[in-house]
Amino acid sequence: MTATPTIAFDAARCDGCGDCMNACASAKSTDGKLAQARIHIIRDAESGRWGVAQCRQCGDPRCASVCPAAALEKGDDGIVAWDAGRCVNCLICTAGCTFGGIAFSAKEGYVVKCDQCAGAPQCVAACTRGALRYVTTAKLYNRWGELEDLFVPGLGGCQGCNTELIMRHTLRRVGSNTVLATPPGCIPGMGSVGYNGMLGCKVPVFHPLLTNTASMLTGIRRQYKRKGRNVTALALAGDGGAGDVGFQSLSGAAERGEQILFVCVDNEGYMNTGAQRSGSTTYGAWTATTPVGEGARGKTQDAKNLPLLMMWHGCEYVATASTAFMEDFYAKLEAALDASERGFAYLHLYSPCTSGWRFPSASNIEVARKAVETNFAVLWEYRREHGLKLSRDIDDPAPVTDYLKLLGKFRHLDAAQIAHIEQHVAEQAQVMRELAAMRPGDGLFDRSPSNFLNAAG
Amino acid sequence: MEQFDYVVLGASHAGLEALRAIRAHDADGSIAVLDREGRLPVSPTVLPYVVSGKRPEDRIALRERGWFDDLQVAYRQQAHAAALDTAYSRLRLADGREIGYGKLLLATGAAPAIPPIEGLSDVRFHVLRTLDDALALREVASAAGRSAGRAVVLGAGLVGMHAAENLARAGARVTIVEMRDQVLPGYFDATAAARIEGAFRDNGVEVLTGRRVARVAPRAAGCTVLLEGGEACDADVLLVAAGVRPEVSYLAGSGVAVERGVVVDEFMRTAAANVWAAGDVVQTRSFFGDATPAGGILPDAVEQGRTAGMSMAGDPALQPYPGGVSLNTYGFFGRRALSVGRDAPREAGPGWETRVRGGEGSDAYLKIVLCEGRLQGVFGVDVLFDPGIMWELILRRVDVGARADALLEDPQDTARALMSGLWR
Ligand SMILES: Cc1cc2nc3c(=O)[nH]c(=O)nc-3n(C[C@H](O)[C@H](O)[C@H](O)COP(=O)(O)OP(=O)(O)OC[C@H]3O[C@@H](n4cnc5c(N)ncnc54)[C@H](O)[C@@H]3O)c2cc1C
Ligand code: SF4
Ligand code: SF4
Repeated sequence: MTATPTIAFDAARCDGCGDCMNACASAKSTDGKLAQARIHIIRDAESGRWGVAQCRQCGDPRCASVCPAAALEKGDDGIVAWDAGRCVNCLICTAGCTFGGIAFSAKEGYVVKCDQCAGAPQCVAACTRGALRYVTTAKLYNRWGELEDLFVPGLGGCQGCNTELIMRHTLRRVGSNTVLATPPGCIPGMGSVGYNGMLGCKVPVFHPLLTNTASMLTGIRRQYKRKGRNVTALALAGDGGAGDVGFQSLSGAAERGEQILFVCVDNEGYMNTGAQRSGSTTYGAWTATTPVGEGARGKTQDAKNLPLLMMWHGCEYVATASTAFMEDFYAKLEAALDASERGFAYLHLYSPCTSGWRFPSASNIEVARKAVETNFAVLWEYRREHGLKLSRDIDDPAPVTDYLKLLGKFRHLDAAQIAHIEQHVAEQAQVMRELAAMRPGDGLFDRSPSNFLNAAG
Repeated sequence: MEQFDYVVLGASHAGLEALRAIRAHDADGSIAVLDREGRLPVSPTVLPYVVSGKRPEDRIALRERGWFDDLQVAYRQQAHAAALDTAYSRLRLADGREIGYGKLLLATGAAPAIPPIEGLSDVRFHVLRTLDDALALREVASAAGRSAGRAVVLGAGLVGMHAAENLARAGARVTIVEMRDQVLPGYFDATAAARIEGAFRDNGVEVLTGRRVARVAPRAAGCTVLLEGGEACDADVLLVAAGVRPEVSYLAGSGVAVERGVVVDEFMRTAAANVWAAGDVVQTRSFFGDATPAGGILPDAVEQGRTAGMSMAGDPALQPYPGGVSLNTYGFFGRRALSVGRDAPREAGPGWETRVRGGEGSDAYLKIVLCEGRLQGVFGVDVLFDPGIMWELILRRVDVGARADALLEDPQDTARALMSGLWR
């Protein structure tokens, strides 16, 4: 079974204008007159919220299971298709569907349902409020699914952690012509290096010190090159190993422009060893070494912005990504891999830590999404030749508290601490906004990192 | 003796859904599905459309062979179970073959119930459950239509009403005889039934409700149906549609308990070890825990088949079967009647609330039944709503009290808006 693109509906952005329904009704018209729209926007008078009734193209379509005429079938393209030549108009499908996704059309005289307009949904195109989105991540998953998984089955991550997802997806794309470094942290802790003399993945993998990941990779990459072989030098490292203890070697390799793809999985602390604070830990957060009690209220310093620090190195490529926005992550992984052929590529991934941040294991992706939607984690991309670009609009963020309240590590925050975090988030967003407004032609983001620094300073 | 990890008996809605559910969890176990028919599976529900000629019989198969191949399921036709030996976990087929199972699903559906009417066995009559039945009926319907012959339908359930419409459309003069005092008893209340009955009368069908058949006697090429009270109707075609009985003849002595159907628990397990049952063959418990009719419908067969399949394969996502909710989508003479759930009981307590719009003469009829604010039933004629959403609202016991007026006014949009907010 293949995954299917989805038309996602955001009730908070919908104002009930009905443009989507009109667009659908004319797109599905066969005789010039408006057809019955396959999407319905309806308002619940009690809650005052807008809702949607539209086919979800279920993986397990119950409309098809109950059809006595085999007139509905999920195709290889993921669309649950209706066959006019078989349908007997019994309407049992409308009893099978709990989404209002298939309904009788009095105008047309048979049941109608959404078919996503062969990959170009007209309702989404007509929506100017951003309430409908055509989410094609599934196509990527299908493509990724065909790539070989290069980690062994059964990595031992914590329940609900997104790190395994990051690792597997990254290595699938980067491929087997790779030497992988995983410095101490959650990633080798899960068994990526291996146990009992058995390898944890299907590419050569090694376990450097926390401090020397980038320098060891430098040597390996150069040695292979000398021997005439082009391998990808990949690091999967935590934020502590990248930005604190390991920063000297990372900074050096970046500065020299080594051809390395360095992926930092940022869970804001040394979580593998029991949740100690790191330089990336948020102000106010509880960790084992920034406790909450009579004399202390969590961390007292702001997190350093590691990806921004990497950008100031004038790397070939630097980007931030989140597992709540997979298309964006995939596109950046693609770009980073390509850039690592020319120079240093750094990819910074937000990785909410289910156990250390104290939230339910089912909500990892939701936490990751909220971090982005509140501007807590801004998604951006820097290419040496183009400068910095924001990956999504940051002008209308959700309140930071929407994010903070999801996490146990912030439960103790008082009003002043919350205000501090809010201000920090706003300031960081403003910095990003201003950086994004600069162009290479402004004399910034020039080939030479020093030039960049001078101009911005 | 052939041996499979899973054997599914009956390749119709319950059996096919179980196959899918088993394979979804167990990629490797060997599976066989056995069916007594010598052709690809066909739903009983599609048969009225074969009788009417709307669909040719070669375009109605529920699944093609390739579907079974893709699932790596051994699909055996003309495999008619004759006996079940639960002590040795094997089935004996009518042709003497034996098949061993690790786990067995009984999904053999139902067969027409033949009422004990004097003289019935001496005349030729039709039933409608298999494709052969439908082809035979199509044949006589068109003959009767050509000669404007007379047809009598015993029973005004869904099968009888569908067949009566088919016969009338073909041109026959049709009489429906129903013992109870309305058509579609158990599916629709008296007001809704009267609207439907009216459509039949308008189309020249004679509907006799509250009447019993005393005797049937042969007459020339057909028969005469004598009603209690003296009246007689001649019939060139006689169709018996007086309900169904579970297909359990092969279960005698097997240890599988049978009452009004095979007795199962909430995971569709029968009284015998490693034997499950689903669909029309089962005695379905009502979701409401009362005497409301439950089971005997296609959506229930699918739900039960899935529950059984997941239980057999040990799928951890298994949920107990919540019980049957009556669910009908009935089309008649180009109009539509929908019913979901139960009507209020005769002696409804103070928690019950029934709202109705559209009595006689209006262009639509709708009735909504609530108990303590929770939706119990929705019944409509010439009104559209999404029965699947209503079903879900009932199963989730959603409080719709505050929306009762809106539901009556616009059941489709109100329920959709409510449901949309409940997802996620
Ligand atoms: C005319 C008609 C109209 C209907 N309309 C509707 C409707 O509109 N809506 C609705 O919800 N329901 C309707 N139904 C009911 C619906 O068709 C059934 O509820 C549904 O088919 C039950 O599915 P099942 O898999 O349990 O059994 P069935 O569909 O009866 O299938 C049983 C299978 O078992 C096989 N079998 C039986 N005995 C043996 C044996 N001994 N050995 C091997 N194989 C065997 C049969 O060949 C068959 O393939 C209608 C039924 C009829 C007859
Ligand atoms: S019509 Fe309903 S059940 Fe069918 S695929 Fe669409 S959402 Fe799913
Ligand atoms: S109305 Fe058509 S598509 Fe829907 S269940 Fe009936 S035959 Fe299938």
